[in-house]
Amino acid sequence: MLRIDGVSRRFGEVTALDGVSLEIGQGEFFALLGPSGCGKTTLLRIVAGFETPDAGTVTLDGADLLAQPPNRRPISLMFQSYALFPHMTVAKNVAYGLERERLPRDEVRRRVGEVLETVGLSAHGSRKPAQLSGGQRQRVALARSIVKRPRLLLLDEPLSALDKKVRADMQLELKRLQHEVGITFVVVTHDQEEAMSLADRIAVFERGNVRQVDEPIALYERPRSPFVADFVGANNLFPGSSSGLDGIKSERFGLLAGTPLAELPTGAQALLAVRPEKIELADEDAARGLPGSVLDVSFYGGVSHLSVDVPGHDKPVLAAVQGASSVRAGAKVKVRWEQEDAVIMAADQ
Amino acid sequence: MRRSKLLYVPFWATYVFLYLPIAVLVVMSFNSGDSAYTYEGFSLKWYGELAGDERVVNGVVSTLIVATGSTVIATVLGTLLAVGLARHTRSKALDAISLMPAVLPDLVLAIGLLVFYGMIQLTLGLYSVVLAHGVFAMAFVAAVVRTRLTGADTSLEEASRDLGAGPVTTFMRITLPQLMPGIVAGALLAFTLSLDEFVIAFFTIGNGEPTLPIVIYSMIRFGVTPKINALAAVLLIVSFTAVIAGQRLTKIGESRAQD
Repeated sequence: MLRIDGVSRRFGEVTALDGVSLEIGQGEFFALLGPSGCGKTTLLRIVAGFETPDAGTVTLDGADLLAQPPNRRPISLMFQSYALFPHMTVAKNVAYGLERERLPRDEVRRRVGEVLETVGLSAHGSRKPAQLSGGQRQRVALARSIVKRPRLLLLDEPLSALDKKVRADMQLELKRLQHEVGITFVVVTHDQEEAMSLADRIAVFERGNVRQVDEPIALYERPRSPFVADFVGANNLFPGSSSGLDGIKSERFGLLAGTPLAELPTGAQALLAVRPEKIELADEDAARGLPGSVLDVSFYGGVSHLSVDVPGHDKPVLAAVQGASSVRAGAKVKVRWEQEDAVIMAADQ
Repeated sequence: MRRSKLLYVPFWATYVFLYLPIAVLVVMSFNSGDSAYTYEGFSLKWYGELAGDERVVNGVVSTLIVATGSTVIATVLGTLLAVGLARHTRSKALDAISLMPAVLPDLVLAIGLLVFYGMIQLTLGLYSVVLAHGVFAMAFVAAVVRTRLTGADTSLEEASRDLGAGPVTTFMRITLPQLMPGIVAGALLAFTLSLDEFVIAFFTIGNGEPTLPIVIYSMIRFGVTPKINALAAVLLIVSFTAVIAGQRLTKIGESRAQD
């Protein structure tokens, strides 16, 4: 339904977007994920109509979006700051968009009442935004955006201003709402956990380019480039050269077991990635594994994170184990993994 | 922490320095004698004479017309200027030029306006003072409104556009209410500036009915009487009231905008 084709945007010397193409389907919950300054917010503002691309097209259901001013696009944007009108009550804020459509008063009142009930703020209609908590403001902003029944709702870092507990609640709330109203959601975030828990599909951005578009599990288990492997979740990365179907050749450690995602020419620069939860810690006299010593053990309740100094590897190897760890800091261990748990990708992608 | 009582001495000395002349002025306005310098007893007779003096009464009317007219012009144009500068241009030069009428010596502005009016062959009168004060005060209004605009969040205006409002509706329903405290403060500033402005008014009034500062100037040429003191005391009360009202309104506006 939303088709972004070859969109580029430069700000002076900085290229914010470099020929980005994406297709987002009806009813999808789509996330644009990337570090700050990667161009994801610029793309959102182009779709909303507050920026104009230097090149490329954006169409919604086949109709050209770029030709329309923001107030004529069937799209709502929920701002990171919420942008609630401070001089209006909650009900007035929510009614603002409907009044612009010159709908009859009764209908406006009915729809405002309905949407405030959906977000659980029926009792707060006559309050001013300053009298609400952060989570409540977010709900008002959401209500104001969905009350117009847009074809597409864009959300700019929707949860970043909330504290951790409220954030978890709002995450569930957003998913429930998206399901309930059936509007296509596009969320921009720099938080990979947020993207993974919310979205049906995720596009990972780096410096104005889309690196990978995939479902959360595929993105996590089969990253196609070093950037994605490193940015989405924690990962242990080992450089080396491709050596067929069962691993890479590392200068320091010899053959490391792994599974290539795509066929690589033998000898090509490659990177092996293995998730902390796939790392197994073995005794120092075990037959297989890279020898090292435990630097630090952090207990998080459900899991423990261990960092292991492996001589010859520039960063400590991270390992995650269920529950409390029996290994103490300073212990000599060997780290190892199964061949199918490590992925191999070309280093220059 | 204990504060030394000694520190209050310069504090109070400054206040005395500032307000003693004004206090003397007010006291002498109640003088029953004819001198502005020696107090002879309490009387309200100078206030009575003031009300009976046609020149003074006409001066008050002129001044109010000029102040009101120029405040309207300055407030509308100054607000539009501030919005234009903040939202539709990034030129630093335009920004600086907009402040010029406020920074220029009044005398330069007055001569410039006089020459300009002569060039376009405008017959001088009260309305030429209204226009002149409008120009002069506009710069102050623009500066005051501007400070509110730079603090204001542009995402509010974008949100309004996003919700289907055109540029005009957005300006009327979102931008203006946000700016209201600044606009009110700017308007009151414009009003009080015009109220006691002498140089520009003197140059551009032509044969129009003189404003109060010009009336006072011509009265003083024949010596200071307690009548002038009484007039000054009345002016003092008017501008004090305007300033206090302005501050109150700005505060109410701000607390409303934040509510």
